[in-house]
Amino acid sequence: MPGFLVNLLTDGPLYESTFRLAVVLAFAAVGEWVAERAGTINISVEAMLLGGHFGAAISFTAMPNFALAIAVGGMIGVFIAALQAWLSHFFAADQFGIGLTLNILLLGLAAFLQPRFDLETQLANVASIPLLSDIPVLGPALFGQRWPMYAIYAFIPLTWWLVKRTNWGLEVRAVGEDPQAADVSGINVNARRRQTILYAGLLSGVGGAVYLFGQVGRFESSNIGGKGIIAIAAVIFGGWTLRGALAGCLLFGYVDALRLNLPMILGYGLNSQLLASLPFLATIVVMLLFARQTRQPAALARPFVRGLK
Amino acid sequence: MNMVSRSAVGRLRFSSDQRELALLYVACLVGALLISLLLIEFNGSSWSRAVNALVDGAFQSPGRWGETLRRTAPLLLVAVGSGVATKAGIVNIGQEGQLLVGAMGGAFILTLVQPGSPIMLVLGIALGAVAGALWAGLAGVLWYWRRIPIVLSTLLLVYLASQIAAFTLTRGALLLNVVPGEPNRLLQSAAVAAGSRLGIIEVFGNRFSLSVPIALVIALAFSWLLSRTTWGFRLKVLGLNSRTAQRAGVSHFRYGMSAILVSGAMAGTAGAMMLAGGESQYKFSSGFSSSVGWDGLLVSLVARNSPILAVPVAVVFAALRSGSMFLSVAGIEAVLVDVVRALLVVALFIPPAISELRRKRRAMARQTERV
Repeated sequence: MPGFLVNLLTDGPLYESTFRLAVVLAFAAVGEWVAERAGTINISVEAMLLGGHFGAAISFTAMPNFALAIAVGGMIGVFIAALQAWLSHFFAADQFGIGLTLNILLLGLAAFLQPRFDLETQLANVASIPLLSDIPVLGPALFGQRWPMYAIYAFIPLTWWLVKRTNWGLEVRAVGEDPQAADVSGINVNARRRQTILYAGLLSGVGGAVYLFGQVGRFESSNIGGKGIIAIAAVIFGGWTLRGALAGCLLFGYVDALRLNLPMILGYGLNSQLLASLPFLATIVVMLLFARQTRQPAALARPFVRGLK
Repeated sequence: MNMVSRSAVGRLRFSSDQRELALLYVACLVGALLISLLLIEFNGSSWSRAVNALVDGAFQSPGRWGETLRRTAPLLLVAVGSGVATKAGIVNIGQEGQLLVGAMGGAFILTLVQPGSPIMLVLGIALGAVAGALWAGLAGVLWYWRRIPIVLSTLLLVYLASQIAAFTLTRGALLLNVVPGEPNRLLQSAAVAAGSRLGIIEVFGNRFSLSVPIALVIALAFSWLLSRTTWGFRLKVLGLNSRTAQRAGVSHFRYGMSAILVSGAMAGTAGAMMLAGGESQYKFSSGFSSSVGWDGLLVSLVARNSPILAVPVAVVFAALRSGSMFLSVAGIEAVLVDVVRALLVVALFIPPAISELRRKRRAMARQTERV
């Protein structure tokens, strides 16, 4: 096998950045997975990620406290999610139109407000977990990260438990599959949908903040640039299962990491525009090849109104 | 006299549905305006100065309504196309990328074939339309072949388009204008050949290109196509109930694809005509689309997919854009226009949705009463 192919599989730094990039996708994808199981599609996860990213940067500048900044990021995400949820699942406005409006608005606001604040942020400390981080190749990637990244390890099982093992989760899935039946059995369909979107907002906001402190260290309004959309792609790629969505995140994270590491691995530079297009191109190609033919939630992207099919 | 006025009143009587819709529109618009008023006042500037600056920049100052019209044309074209797709029940939200690809396709003929001619102009716009249609068609193929949601693929294609456009501007062999003896700091193409530019109309110092009347004609044509032809009817059936459409022999693939291709072609045409009509000094650059695609989509959503309603809505959106240039001169943050526009969009989304729901609910209630 040629040397660079071996490197693509065994390169330690490549795995580390794969994991770092997959984490931000995973935050958004796990939240969006819940929301899609309830039958909604929120392209505003992009706005929620950016809002969390920006909110965390402002909070950290005002008061250098990582935990507080991450919480603020999460709250901003919830706020944006609340707009999406109320406008599209209470006022019944088009969910894609609302999502798009929010994405454009947030991008404009962030680009505009950024120079107004003298943003000073920094990376959080690396917290290697003893023993586990000594595992060759994968150890440093999974357990040798900056500490905010580890939050994903709490959110994944929590989300799984919420959706698969609680009454609330059962109702959420029922709402996504057959809202009429769910409604008849006494579930407030649109309330459940709004709650799942708020949860997606919380996770995406936290994800944006974690991305700031665990990966980039400095706010740029272009940092998020389509990560929310790729997270949605990961949910669809995974056939609306949590496992699959996470696998999608790792895969798309790997491609994103290739974008950063390929020149070093190959030993020569590639055109930067072509490299930047790699995640999107790969997402399309991967979905083309592997999109599972599983059934999507039956009521996905169909607004619910009582008494109407 | 009395009778005439009475009959006029009779004709002007609105149904309760229409009155309710109008009331909702008024309520939502007043709400949106109130919030923007508060925002502007909190930012330390005055509401009246902001409105004056907006109206000045959009219509009143010399040459400004021409500027507004110039910006209306691509918005209208994009909106007409997205309306066609939405009518067929297809959510194409990647017009921004389709427009950019259209402009890029047009640039390959318009800027590279240097002794320009009207034939090259037509060819360039046609290539733009085809490029936009293919870019959107890609999403259609992904959906009909592998069931990848169009919402997602069109969005992904936007990001891909902007990188491809940027790439064509890094190579002299493609679109980059290499100026001998100067470092290429500006990544942009050569200007459109003088012979292949769209004609400029000048009325009292207001300058806009031929794209304005062309866009209007296209909007009228699509209004007719959608309401008066079999094709338009079948698209509507497909959008309202795809199962009924299938039973009636309307091929999902054929009509769905035609709607996607048309919407992409319209966005592509808008891009090529922006270039040929003098946008950014007739030069193509990677930021060329500057959100016109997103705005056009919002115009179509606000106008509820009607090509005719899209005309006034496009004018309003264009006026907000051209007016916002005067805001910063008046010492008001231009970003406020973005916020106001978002509020406006949301305020205009809600009334038809609610009114439609209430209408259907009442119809439902009547039905159950009878049983």
